[in-house]
Amino acid sequence: MAETATTLPPAPAREASRFDVKAFLTRYGAWIALALLILVNLAITPNFATWQTLNVNLTQVCAIVIVGVGMTLVIATGGIDLSVGALMAIAGALAPLIFLGKLFPLPHPAIGIALAFVLPVLVTGFLGWCNGWLITHLRIQPIIATLVLFIAGRGIAQVFTNGNLQVFNLPEFQFIGLGRVFGIPFQAVLMVIIVAVAAWMLKRTVFGRQVLAIGGNERAARLAGIPVATVKQRVYLISGLLSGIAGLIVIARNSAADANLVGLGMELDAIAAVAVGGTLLTGGRATVVGTLVGALIIQLVRYTLLANGVPDAAALVAKAAIIVLAVWLQRQGQR
Amino acid sequence: MAPLLSMHGINKRFAGIPALRAAELTVEKGEVHALIGQNGAGKSTLIKILTGYYAKDSGEIVFDGRPVAFTSPQEAQAAGISTIYQEINLVPYRSVTENICLGREKRRFGLLDWRSMHAEARALLARFDIDIDVHRPLMAYPTAVQQMVAIARAIGFDAKLVIMDEPTSSLDEREVDVLFGVIRQLKSAGVSVIFVSHKLDELYAVCDRVTIMRDGRTVQVAAMAELSRLDLVTTMLGRELTQVLQEGHKADDDAEAGEPVLKVRNLAVGRKVRDVSFEVHAGEIVGLAGLLGAGRTESVRAVFGADRPDAGTIRLSGAAGAISQPADAIRAGMGFCSEDRKLEGIIPDMSVRENMMLALMPQLAKRGIVDETRSREIVDQFIRRLGIRCSGPEQRIRELSGGNQQKVLLARWLCMNPRLLILDEPTRGIDVGAKAEILNLVRELAGQGLGVLMISSELEEVVEAASRIFVLRDGRTVAELEGDAVNEQTVMAAMAHGHEETREAVHG
Repeated sequence: MAETATTLPPAPAREASRFDVKAFLTRYGAWIALALLILVNLAITPNFATWQTLNVNLTQVCAIVIVGVGMTLVIATGGIDLSVGALMAIAGALAPLIFLGKLFPLPHPAIGIALAFVLPVLVTGFLGWCNGWLITHLRIQPIIATLVLFIAGRGIAQVFTNGNLQVFNLPEFQFIGLGRVFGIPFQAVLMVIIVAVAAWMLKRTVFGRQVLAIGGNERAARLAGIPVATVKQRVYLISGLLSGIAGLIVIARNSAADANLVGLGMELDAIAAVAVGGTLLTGGRATVVGTLVGALIIQLVRYTLLANGVPDAAALVAKAAIIVLAVWLQRQGQR
Repeated sequence: MAPLLSMHGINKRFAGIPALRAAELTVEKGEVHALIGQNGAGKSTLIKILTGYYAKDSGEIVFDGRPVAFTSPQEAQAAGISTIYQEINLVPYRSVTENICLGREKRRFGLLDWRSMHAEARALLARFDIDIDVHRPLMAYPTAVQQMVAIARAIGFDAKLVIMDEPTSSLDEREVDVLFGVIRQLKSAGVSVIFVSHKLDELYAVCDRVTIMRDGRTVQVAAMAELSRLDLVTTMLGRELTQVLQEGHKADDDAEAGEPVLKVRNLAVGRKVRDVSFEVHAGEIVGLAGLLGAGRTESVRAVFGADRPDAGTIRLSGAAGAISQPADAIRAGMGFCSEDRKLEGIIPDMSVRENMMLALMPQLAKRGIVDETRSREIVDQFIRRLGIRCSGPEQRIRELSGGNQQKVLLARWLCMNPRLLILDEPTRGIDVGAKAEILNLVRELAGQGLGVLMISSELEEVVEAASRIFVLRDGRTVAELEGDAVNEQTVMAAMAHGHEETREAVHG
């Protein structure tokens, strides 16, 4: 794997002599699975090698990957963020209120659209930071601290909208979900940029290395002077920001914001992508590109089954099986 | 009269390594018997074999006139051996009776028989002279009474032998008095007690006889009153008094001119550190000595900002503000190698390079981006200088031996040019060769002006390396030894008795 955030050492001499199948599978399993899936589809699925197929699959996977990047960072510190789906709903509810002028009068529609991009993401970022604050200052376990917004967040979003479905048609805003750049969906471009920046950050910046150090051994990190609380708060802040962006993409794609449905079940999809991608769920070892690959695998399996006439319910079972397999492989790799 | 318990020739190996070698333990009826020894001496293993937690490899156990080999703690309990652990768990919201009868409720026609349970609770408490209303919730009573209830519950009616494994480590002085009251009552009722503790005052206050263990062997059995404190400590640590008193070998004694790098006064942290004072000068190795639980680790953790002190002053020369977290201490020029390398030192999945650069990395970075070239240069330099054996800077640290891991952690601080380095058990779990290398390195660094504060359970090591030793006992500084006064004999004497006069000198 070209990008694995912990430094991969040259294999020790004693292992070099014989080929270690398990270690190989742990390290490259996700890539092999993705390649196999593509090959199988080329063979059996009609019209697979088309732009349309690519675009359909990319748009299906964008929101999951963007949220999954934030989730990867959170999990890298040894935490978890269950609030991402609810945060998407909050961002999704706020944006239409802003550009439809229901929250405050707009001097100019363009300002409304600009604010509709910025404010909801700032709000979800702030809420993510609050998650981090609960975890670091009140010492609440991440799963419980983020459960608060998981439960309350969607309610907050519904209060904003009085529980109404907000329908709109605003191409300037919906560019984020429907627009294309050179024929590629803009959301896919955005996704690739986010993945690239996050992967670089995790590997090259002090912040990224500190994230992994905390996940690898929090007590040692603290004794080495790493500002554990600050780093964790930032990680949850980033997860909140990215959830907000994903929320905007989803409502733009649907031309409607339904606080009940936006981001529903997203926390589990994101965690699944992270796990399948090869990030250690206990923290300390993480790969952002892996999360992208993981999300693509889950999506491709579903697509393969659907395109070949298997019902969606069965696809869910296949998804569960992939997750179990990936986590089992991880445990084997740890020895 | 035959003894209540006699364990004879007990052997036990774990993965081929002997933990007990023909260990002996004899407890008379109605006696309070102290069982002492350093960490790893084998006392816990011996007790766990007695209570059926482990199976012995060989040897025989006779309890109450019958040869026994318990296969579970429940079996031992049924035979009359009760164990009281350090932490006592009860349900504070429920009544005293419910707490006492928890897990052995009496039933009548399928329903709880409250009347006989209350009666049983009252009878049990009366045995320990506790007169309280058994219907009220446990939390209505002070902690000391709750402790008594817990002990009464653990002992029950049938105990012939009660094992107390460091029962006082989480109790305050008043609660300790209460516990001692219980022990005396047990004794007068003909119940025997095995008392495991590191606190000498307690042993002398309550025990009749003592069994001292070392390296899995029983090395001495004596009546408490006939064994001096010094003899007890000496036997426990296994040092010969005759071999000490070496010629003056200490490095520059004049190094301590000028202001100390670190000055700690009347430090108190939690229950383990009550009144600790010491200081470290530039270019000097200072040892903190003391028995297990004397408060050494807790003291230095507070100095480094890892734990919050309750009282006292910590002054680091040149430090800007107060030290409330490790990051402050590091900024002020301190480094700290924890006693537990695995738990608090290494980041196992990261490379040698990243482990070494962990503290320096933020300073080395430009605009938050890691400077890989600079960091590689520094790491290469330290790998050479400290002789770290690894396949290269990118090897994972978990694959290194303990000694090499420790060197990486030392380098983590040395690359920051610290003025004070705190080493808590720097040679624990390290082979002999690496041990010597690390100690030589520490001496060399001190020669270059670094102040070193060192804790080691191996007395020999501290005495040899340190030019000054502060001795702690029960969370207090009891002696400061310097120059010719630093030898194993004086240190052990201070660990056993403490020197009120030297203590005055420290405070003056």
